[in-house]
Amino acid sequence: MQRIGFVLLVLAALVVVLPILFVVGAIVVRGIGAVSWEFLSAMPRDGMKAGGILPAIVGTLLLTLGTALAAIPVGVGGAIYLSEYAADIWLTRAIRLAIINLAGIPSVVYGLFGLGLFVLFLQFGTSILAGSLTLAIMTLPIIISAAEEALRAVPTEFRTVSTSLGGTRWQGIRYIVLPQALPGIITGLILGLLRAAGETAPILFTVAAFFLPRLPHSPLDQTMALPYHLYVISTQVPGMPVDVQYGTALVLLALVLSMNVAATLIRSYYRRRRQW
Amino acid sequence: MVEQPPKIRIHDVSYAYGDRQALRNVTLDVPSKAVTVLFGPAGSGKTTMLRLINRLNDLVDNTRMSGRILLDGQDVYAPGVDVTALRRRVGMVFALPLPLPGTVRENVLYGPKLAGVREQSRLDEALQRSLTQAALWDEVKDRLDDPARALSGGQQQRLCIARSLALEPEVLLLDEPTSGLDPISTGKVEASLLDLKKEYTIIIIPHSVQQAARVADCAAFFLMGELIEYRAGREIFTTPCDQRTEDYVTGRFG
Amino acid sequence: MEKKESFINQIGRARRAEFAIETLIRTLGFSSIGFVLLIFFFLLREGLPVFFEVRPGNLFSTQWYPTFDLYGTLPLILGSVLVTVTAVAIALPLGVATAVFVREVAPGWAREVLKPMIEVLAGIPSVVLGFFGMTLVAPLIRETLRVPTGLTAFTGALLLAYMALPTIISVAEDALDAVPKGYRDAALAMGATRWQTIWRVVVPAARSGIVTAVMLGMGRAIGETMAVMMVTGNAARMPLTADSLLRPVRTMTATIAAEMGEVAQGSVHYHALFGIGIVLFLLTFLINLAAASTIFKKRRRGGLR
Repeated sequence: MQRIGFVLLVLAALVVVLPILFVVGAIVVRGIGAVSWEFLSAMPRDGMKAGGILPAIVGTLLLTLGTALAAIPVGVGGAIYLSEYAADIWLTRAIRLAIINLAGIPSVVYGLFGLGLFVLFLQFGTSILAGSLTLAIMTLPIIISAAEEALRAVPTEFRTVSTSLGGTRWQGIRYIVLPQALPGIITGLILGLLRAAGETAPILFTVAAFFLPRLPHSPLDQTMALPYHLYVISTQVPGMPVDVQYGTALVLLALVLSMNVAATLIRSYYRRRRQW
Repeated sequence: MVEQPPKIRIHDVSYAYGDRQALRNVTLDVPSKAVTVLFGPAGSGKTTMLRLINRLNDLVDNTRMSGRILLDGQDVYAPGVDVTALRRRVGMVFALPLPLPGTVRENVLYGPKLAGVREQSRLDEALQRSLTQAALWDEVKDRLDDPARALSGGQQQRLCIARSLALEPEVLLLDEPTSGLDPISTGKVEASLLDLKKEYTIIIIPHSVQQAARVADCAAFFLMGELIEYRAGREIFTTPCDQRTEDYVTGRFG
Repeated sequence: MEKKESFINQIGRARRAEFAIETLIRTLGFSSIGFVLLIFFFLLREGLPVFFEVRPGNLFSTQWYPTFDLYGTLPLILGSVLVTVTAVAIALPLGVATAVFVREVAPGWAREVLKPMIEVLAGIPSVVLGFFGMTLVAPLIRETLRVPTGLTAFTGALLLAYMALPTIISVAEDALDAVPKGYRDAALAMGATRWQTIWRVVVPAARSGIVTAVMLGMGRAIGETMAVMMVTGNAARMPLTADSLLRPVRTMTATIAAEMGEVAQGSVHYHALFGIGIVLFLLTFLINLAAASTIFKKRRRGGLR
């Protein structure tokens, strides 16, 4: 009985893991042939069937940067509030509930919201600005949760000592708690931004240009973006060469997974080095 | 001690965490430039008493306090009191050595820097003076930029004392400062205390009755939130007036 | 460090800076509530008109053909339900079993391999999985199950199951982790085998956490857009027949994503898509509220905040 049970558990784990290997493997094997310097650095040509995907790469990097600029101060500030200031009252519960809900709202609904607020009401138009702000709000719950956890991991005693030495609450946070929590916060930021970089639905109606073979000049420009580009060339353009599709998928996957690896490395490096 | 007015007057202080009464009507005068010992069994309210003097318990939610605590005649709980300035005048050392992350130097200078001291000469002076007062200078003068964590437990605790002294406080509160230390380190800390009382008013919670008897100029016995007996000198350990004090100091307690 | 400074200071510049920073942090802390309200407000603003423009009979009919002014949302809602329920049905046993394996059985090295793999899965963008599903999974399903097209509800559910797995596994792991060690020791001491201990004691004790895992996995699945849109074939038909799983289907999310790009702002169709957005918002709100209530209960039991 025990033996059968354990075999089933191993099987389940394999059924979970093997397809992951297969997905990543298939995309790498089939896509690697298409990836060349030209593919990464040139404009698309011939109705996107040839040339490169530079504007999509740049677009995704700009969107991620914009998301970071908007989400980091709000997310880290919110986490500091929850970890260092908030008392356990109904208002704090309401904030936590709000965060849980933000985390659960479907990405396409964020797209609708971004369309309604940023594109139309605030008249940013379909633009990098509108998309970044939409993605920032979507990323917020991930950043807040990760940063709060990192802040709470800093021992209470440090705060008490700082207070006993005549430090104000903010001084304790500024000089002791934040520096100690920084690696954890950065890990959380990367994990949040990675989500933003790979999302398609929120940028469908807020940023994305179907085909725009030039680099954006201002935050109010439209831009191509990797995830949307992959969607477009795999569903909307007939006769697309398969290797271009796989190449694009590979570039997107590599971008996202390298951020993932970076986050993991930062986390384990500092976990070994920290002083408490 | 008779000729000077008391440094700290604790007048009819009661304190509760939620429903739990921690202190009941405690009245106590702490003499200037002497070692006052607060002792008693665990949970008798002595740590709470200590943390009320520099208002460290302000950080705790859902508490009630009555009575007054006067430092040089000023009520520390009066409205308009700058709590951070109060805490600079009343330093505190905790039961466990709690060095902050960073170097020895950063630890000692943390308080002065927060207080806005910028001149390098004053910082250097504060560093050497406070480490010397804590009897640590000779051991760490070549390791000032080493991580504070690299020091031994006894050194760390003296570092914490030095860190409080760097602010030139008038009062030093010590909550079982030697509870985590071996006998030799304990001896060094006690020796530095006896030195320090020439300049500072010291209130200490000892980690044993023996230690209380070694360092006390005045001693107060706490039991279940009440001040049972408070006397100058060390007679409280040899000829206590109250039966409960006697039971405790002779080890017959409980 | 003025020796004799009085501690009754004037409210100085430092105090004011401190106050400004605290106010800022408080504001940022409350901002999450503001964002939720803002999102709901804009969904209502753009979506509520549809309930006045289209008769309820039409809204809840079985035909979604916006070109002919037919806005029946039932096939979309049922499509979402079918795909989501199937996905959770696939992911739940797999996820719980994997969590049990990782927490209770696996040797250290296997854990070190499995955990990062699952993080990789969580990191794969939905559109990449959709692309993979389209190009490799769908043909496979068409051939092995001998159906006319591989773009089916089942294909979508399969992808969704894998997208929900990281959530389910990590929440289930936390739940198993929270089971007191004493339970295991007691069971083993009474002569139970490790397997009996796991199945009869540990997993039942983690039940409420596993329920939370299901809820969150479901919330994740019902809101998933790109992958589903790319592999389910997007036919807005009522999935009521027995073979519905093996036929194309269309979800609420896919409908919004596919059609919003082509509608005129302010048209009935535009309002209808926002109306679907309202339904999705409320659905995920309720699911997460239910999941959160179990989390809050656990927090209270655990003391500290």
